[in-house]
Amino acid sequence: MSSWKVVLGIAKTHLISKMKSTVTATLGVTFGIGAYITLVSFMTGLNTMLDDLILNQTPHVHLYNEVAPSQQQPAYLYRDFENAITIVHSVKPKQNQQKIHNALPIISYLKNNPEVKGATPQLRAQIFYLSGAQDLGGNLLGVDIMEEERLSNIQDYIVEGSPRDLKNNVNGVILGAGLVKKMSLQLGNRIQVRSTNGSTIPLKIVGVYQSGIAEIDDVQSYANLSTVQNLLGEAKNYITDINIKLHDLKDAPQFARRLEHQFSVKAVDINEANAQFETGTTIRNMITYSVSVTLLIVAGFGIYNILNMLIYEKMKDIAILKATGFSGTDVLMIFMSQALIIGGLGGILGVLIGFGLSTVIDNIAFETEALPTITTFPINYNPLFYLIGISFAMISTAIAGFLPSQKAKRMDPVTIIRGT
Amino acid sequence: MEKETLLEAKDINKYFRKPVLFHVLKDICLEVQRGEFVAVMGKSGCGKSTLLYILSTMDTDYDGELFFAGEKLTGKSSFELSKVRSANIGFVFQFHYLLSEFTVLENVMLPAKKLGQKTYAEIEAAAMAKLKMLHIDHLAGKKAYRISGGEKQRVAIARALINDPLILMGDEPTGNLDSYNSENVFQIFKQLKEEQGLSLLVVTHDNDFAKRTDRVIYMEDGRILKQTPP
Ligand SMILES: Nc1ncnc2c1ncn2[C@@H]1O[C@H](COP(=O)(O)OP(=O)(O)O)[C@@H](O)[C@H]1O
Ligand SMILES: [Mg+2]
Repeated sequence: MSSWKVVLGIAKTHLISKMKSTVTATLGVTFGIGAYITLVSFMTGLNTMLDDLILNQTPHVHLYNEVAPSQQQPAYLYRDFENAITIVHSVKPKQNQQKIHNALPIISYLKNNPEVKGATPQLRAQIFYLSGAQDLGGNLLGVDIMEEERLSNIQDYIVEGSPRDLKNNVNGVILGAGLVKKMSLQLGNRIQVRSTNGSTIPLKIVGVYQSGIAEIDDVQSYANLSTVQNLLGEAKNYITDINIKLHDLKDAPQFARRLEHQFSVKAVDINEANAQFETGTTIRNMITYSVSVTLLIVAGFGIYNILNMLIYEKMKDIAILKATGFSGTDVLMIFMSQALIIGGLGGILGVLIGFGLSTVIDNIAFETEALPTITTFPINYNPLFYLIGISFAMISTAIAGFLPSQKAKRMDPVTIIRGT
Repeated sequence: MEKETLLEAKDINKYFRKPVLFHVLKDICLEVQRGEFVAVMGKSGCGKSTLLYILSTMDTDYDGELFFAGEKLTGKSSFELSKVRSANIGFVFQFHYLLSEFTVLENVMLPAKKLGQKTYAEIEAAAMAKLKMLHIDHLAGKKAYRISGGEKQRVAIARALINDPLILMGDEPTGNLDSYNSENVFQIFKQLKEEQGLSLLVVTHDNDFAKRTDRVIYMEDGRILKQTPP
């Protein structure tokens, strides 16, 4: 007979004969791991949702022309004043155009760059929506709508109509939800739009856009790039913004600096644009991890207590086993295998319960204006969590079981036997 | 039979330090030959149990030297000593300790399973044979905590014999038995000594029992007072 079988047989008999303690210990692990899985799946699900909210709406790098005074005023360049102190009063921004110089070559350069997933041109125009006697000020964004769909999740926010409807309709517009309400319009209606230079065109409403942020939904609409260029009376190369999506988000800051240098435009990367974003994510992750580690440690202490108790109750058995030829290591193995059986069973049950609770949460309705595509609470079913759960159950029971088992190993049988 | 020393103790001294320093065994020298049946007698508290724990290798906290089959046991690791116990020494405690949640049969089988020299079926058959020899085979399937004190004592004897040890040490192994069963155990011991050359070292208060052994060691206050025959 192999020694393992004997050891496991004794461990099994102990566990079965102390069913109540065994069940208590196992349930302790089960709840710890179950709660860990549920919590971490739910928290990271929420985190991912919130991250995506920002990541998908913000380009990794945003190129535009900044309105700013010249760094080098003409007076500085005048040789005669070289050794004098030059003071220029009332500096104003230099006369500058909104459009990005050489926008089309920049875009084609970006599209050929292997780091870049995509680059879309935008033309941002100040306009008025004409509605009866009322003129509503706002923005009209000329975009390449199919590229926007590919690179951002704009389609998630188009609550009526679709990106393709705009693509197929040269004079179409996807109107902000707030505007639709204010002007009591609906899909298929026409709306007049006037640019700051006075020209007016009619646009057909092919979609409604709702970001959930009232300040945007009340003023902003999307049209085809060429339509907006026509409205402003500008040429095909008149582009005010370029949004870039990279393959790897981490390259954004460095890539932005390089573009600023190369093309002398203002380049803002996603970290500058959302400095609070990273902090928020880090803190949420910290909370998730500290709560889950606490849960697991509590489960570990439960196991430690129960094994300690079990070993105390089994002192006589330990003495007899040792007296009849079992070594200290055999005794250690007997109690360690009890710990690991409790850990394994509790872990597996915990994972199942965690999965069950996650599924329940996943099916609870959760509707919010800000996230039109989300209908239930988000859950992250990452297999890694389940692996961590099981491993932690085993490792923590092993650690919790080791100290009492070590005590059993060292226990002197004569002291126990003499004690009677 | 040719004389061959199996167990030898040289100048064993033992102290208890708590609650006060107490010199419990004083200069104990003794030998047990192969196939010899030795009884130990003495008043309660004179140190018989303490001596037996040392001779059975369970207690290693003593001065002096212990030899078993010519091999020095003093100073060996607890792992090595557990191997010696497993293969060669059978022990019956004064208070017949059994694993209470295990059946009688499992209790008897465990030391053999640990030794691991036979298959499960062989061990089971051997265990049943020992139980039968002690007239308790009908208890095989019962949990150990459900049988009487005298029955427990006989189960403990069966367990001590399961690995066919070279020596059996018993701390009042017949203390709880009626005269019929006590006599049966004595006959079994005698038979094992004669047929298998088993050595026996048995603490007893029963003069009738001691009289019929090969040698009696009398102890008093931690010393060996006399041995008959010397
Ligand atoms: N753990 C101990 N600590 C201190 N003294 C002990 C301990 N165990 C036994 N004794 C003492 O040692 C002496 C011998 O005990 P023991 O060997 O059990 O005697 P016996 O078996 O001959 O009745 C007794 O006086 C007893 O009180
Ligand atoms: Mg005693």
